[in-house]
Amino acid sequence: MTQPPNDEPAIRVHELTRRFGSFTAVRAISFEVARGEVFGFLGANGAGKTTAIKMLTGLLLPTSGDARVAGFDVYRETESIRRHIGYMSQRFSLYEDLTVRENIEFYGGIYGLSDERIATRSTELIEGLGLREARNTLVASIPLGWKQKLAFSVAVIHDPAVVFLDEPTSGVDPITRRQFWEMIYTAAARGITVFVTTHYMDEAEYCDRVSIMVDGGIAALGTPSELKRQYGVGAIDDVFVRLARPAA
Amino acid sequence: MMRASDTSRRGPLVAFMVKEVQHILRDRQTLTILILMPLLQVLLFGYALRTDIQDIRVAVVDPSPDYATLAFRNRLGATDRFRIVDVLPDASRLETLFRRNEADVGVELAPRFGTRLARGEPAGIQLIADASDPNGGTTMAAYVNAVIDDFAAQMGASRGAVHIALDTRMRFNPTLASVNLFVPGLIALVITLVSALMTAISLSREKERGTLESLLVSPLRPWQIIVGKVLPYLALGLTIVLLVLAAAWVVFRVPFRGSLALLLGEALLYTLVSLALGVLIAARTSSQRSAMLGALVGTMMPNALLSGMIFPIASMPAWLRLVTYIVPARWFIVIARGVMLEGVGVANLWVETAVLVLMTVVLLVAAVRSFDARLA
Repeated sequence: MTQPPNDEPAIRVHELTRRFGSFTAVRAISFEVARGEVFGFLGANGAGKTTAIKMLTGLLLPTSGDARVAGFDVYRETESIRRHIGYMSQRFSLYEDLTVRENIEFYGGIYGLSDERIATRSTELIEGLGLREARNTLVASIPLGWKQKLAFSVAVIHDPAVVFLDEPTSGVDPITRRQFWEMIYTAAARGITVFVTTHYMDEAEYCDRVSIMVDGGIAALGTPSELKRQYGVGAIDDVFVRLARPAA
Repeated sequence: MMRASDTSRRGPLVAFMVKEVQHILRDRQTLTILILMPLLQVLLFGYALRTDIQDIRVAVVDPSPDYATLAFRNRLGATDRFRIVDVLPDASRLETLFRRNEADVGVELAPRFGTRLARGEPAGIQLIADASDPNGGTTMAAYVNAVIDDFAAQMGASRGAVHIALDTRMRFNPTLASVNLFVPGLIALVITLVSALMTAISLSREKERGTLESLLVSPLRPWQIIVGKVLPYLALGLTIVLLVLAAAWVVFRVPFRGSLALLLGEALLYTLVSLALGVLIAARTSSQRSAMLGALVGTMMPNALLSGMIFPIASMPAWLRLVTYIVPARWFIVIARGVMLEGVGVANLWVETAVLVLMTVVLLVAAVRSFDARLA
């Protein structure tokens, strides 16, 4: 496991801000994510989630504030960050014209795994996903649920300290979503910190803690049960509605 | 695959290139088109533009045979282009020969040709060509003209002494350009196609499908993504260039007088220009479709139309001639024609080479910059 060198939390964000001209996309957000935690990052479209993730993954420089991911600074150590994180987008990022095995080997390769490690990991992965029969099948012709699980496995192939999942379950049926969350728990149990965005509020209940972004700031942060108690409601969905539409 | 050392690794760049090669090999249809199309073009253009007509059937009208006319007929028959099918005493039967398609050209010598020539009087030769194929007719006339010039020189007569009823206006028609002139242009076109168009499509595909995102958050550096994208297409492009050269030589004996290494070096340079353009186009467009259109309009069209490959630059209006200076293929075609057909060395091509180097530098910097703009 590639963990940060010291006892730092997996993610530490302090007053992180990003402005585009006169528009403030992310407004002084602060939070910490502990190692091995499953952290839900919620918010309506346009609330600033994507901008925040881009800063944490080293794709976008912050305007002000501090953030450390896996123990590395987002201003100066983006290269180290990229080696220690995994990333899965809602579009799965697999190459449809390559086979299951070729995709695994490619991602293993660009993360600098040794040939031997790639061979071991791909066998493990393929067996674990029950894709043995389909290992030489083009990704284009395997079912969506399998693609999703494969994309997740590939995102953690190098045992990152933190894996960012950007709406990983959109368009997938409820049963597959459940199975997918089991994979997330398994990864977290291995010590991988999971940072996940979703717009399925039932999924928010699966997280250890959730934060809800509104208009570029973090409006609520806590365990699902804390938040429900705080707002006196029965589901995270209701918390979300309260925060996103305060007038209602 | 097990290796003795457990530290053996491909490294990100090699892994990336392996993936690119897999993409290229998997798309058999595109690969087949990329390889076969240029070869087919060599054959099509080679045969269609073929002007060195062989085995021209000549009927000679020789009313008063003597030493001079015999010498002329021998001269005509001695070239391997002409075959004398008939020698007639007067022109009356010539028409019949044409109609029966037994002759392509009639050469009618004036009465007392030898005597007139000896006295220095004008000795007429009339040429009647089958003009049902105007280009072919003109070409055949030009060949006969050449033989007559040759003959006149040999007889010591001045050129003015021989009157020839020839219309040679078509002599400078660009369509008479042979396959020799066409092959260098085709090489430029192939390189543009493989490097600019294919790179633009392949890079914008990553953008469109969201895989580029994953690459950008991976340890791969932007330059590694560009180099990894570009190198496999570079190899493919140069392979096709070699195939085109081989086909041109095997089928049409297109001469190759210069240094192959020099040509490949220059081709490499021109490939870099095209690749940089392809990357630039992909970085500036948002979909595969617009990248493809951009590459077609931005590279293929100017490189085909304004490079002198099809339309001679000399016959363009002045303002359009100025525009051709920014078309990379214009410079490369001069180089390729020079190396292949005239066998010139780098000493005579340094201006063109320098222009290509300059273009490469400017475009590569722009390409990497616009690719890196995401970090702004």
